[in-house]
Amino acid sequence: MCLAIPGQIIEILQERDNLALVDIVGVRRKIDVGLLSEEPAKPGDWVLIHVGFAMSRISEEDAREQMRLLKMMGEHAAAMEEITGYGLDDSVARGGP
Amino acid sequence: MKYVDEFRDPELIVGASREIRRLADPGRHYRFMEVCGGHTHAIYRFGLKDLLPENVELIHGPGCPVCVLPMGRIDDGLFMAAQPDVIFAAFGDMMRVPGATGSPLEHKARGRDIRIVYSPADALKLARANPDRHVMFFAIGFETTAPSTALTLLRVRAEGIRNFSVFSNHVTIIPAIRAILDSPDMRLDAFIGPGHVSTVIGCRPYEWIARNERKPIVVSGFEPLDILQSIVMILRQMKDGRAEVENQYARVVPWEGNRAALKAIGEVFELRPYFEWRGLGFISQSALRIRDSFAAWDAEKHFLTPGVRVTDPKASQCGEVLKGVLKPADCKLFGNECTPEHPIGALMVSSEGSCAAYFNYEHRKSELVTVSV
Repeated sequence: MCLAIPGQIIEILQERDNLALVDIVGVRRKIDVGLLSEEPAKPGDWVLIHVGFAMSRISEEDAREQMRLLKMMGEHAAAMEEITGYGLDDSVARGGP
Repeated sequence: MKYVDEFRDPELIVGASREIRRLADPGRHYRFMEVCGGHTHAIYRFGLKDLLPENVELIHGPGCPVCVLPMGRIDDGLFMAAQPDVIFAAFGDMMRVPGATGSPLEHKARGRDIRIVYSPADALKLARANPDRHVMFFAIGFETTAPSTALTLLRVRAEGIRNFSVFSNHVTIIPAIRAILDSPDMRLDAFIGPGHVSTVIGCRPYEWIARNERKPIVVSGFEPLDILQSIVMILRQMKDGRAEVENQYARVVPWEGNRAALKAIGEVFELRPYFEWRGLGFISQSALRIRDSFAAWDAEKHFLTPGVRVTDPKASQCGEVLKGVLKPADCKLFGNECTPEHPIGALMVSSEGSCAAYFNYEHRKSELVTVSV
């Protein structure tokens, strides 16, 4: 939950407001960009993501360092689990307990 | 200096470590609190203690949301999970945190519908996919995660979704710092300020610490070099007789914070008159509850929450550890009854809890040494 995960905005989606397709170390997920203040998000921007929401813009270099930091802290697996978990698999969403 | 080889700039690390030794007056003892659990984790993981002189002590603060949540709130959430047709959705960090009647994971094993989500947006997605069920999202976290919960509730209201509610356990960091400073058994010289919370609240909310308490606070990044540089900045302030808010993490943290995030929080949440923190007791205006205008999605109103109050197991000393009065290993249960595999207190559950961090890096290290000897 407290992981800050770096990603790059690929495309601003039209299906609803403030939704963007974001590449996070090769995994593509729909991320909410409604909390990026000041200027609107655009393709190519690097962002830090908390619980599925982009919270701040960062430089490409800082994005790489953040990923490296997660690896060094042994949180890479947890980060990958969180990234792949974003958006829920629809079968998981509908399945019973 | 076990991990120095892994560091991006080993020579800068060694330089910062030397600078700390040069600045620290050998005739005095320094106690700096790192507020954020992410910093606590990094400090143990990178063995930063080995890079500091003996007289510079780091005290672990209350900035681990899972750790400060009183046990009764988990039982309240599990009471909601036991109601008909309810799906309980929470972050993975919550799953192994014990309530008086067991952890969410244990309740899942007993047949409750308990799901891990990685985002509040996904809890909402569960509600859309299951219109005949009620999805209760167990919201937790400081100002870093509160905006995401707020934005989700704004969306829920806009879409008119009825089968979704939020059990708000969001807390705010400033009142906790104030409570620690007011605590008579706490003696601190300065703070390493939280990084990601500050991306939301900015640096201004810390100004009273410098102005009124005359203590330096440096908002810090999470890399080893960031933390050491922050300690250098604190020691420089103390040497010059200054007490200021400084921002070491300016590459991510804007001085004014994130206005959109603060606006979302303000629209959806208001301060509770008081809230109980594990180990710190009741702290006034320290947590966020859902405003009346969003009452239809407030789980505490929807479920007539029992408001369970559970005292921690007598033998555990989570409170003293949380306040920094005791070191993790000084707790009677540490490493015996209470381990990351079988946690009794929440500090042992989260990787950001000081007990788990201490156990995983310091305690296991000493075990390995013992075995190899």
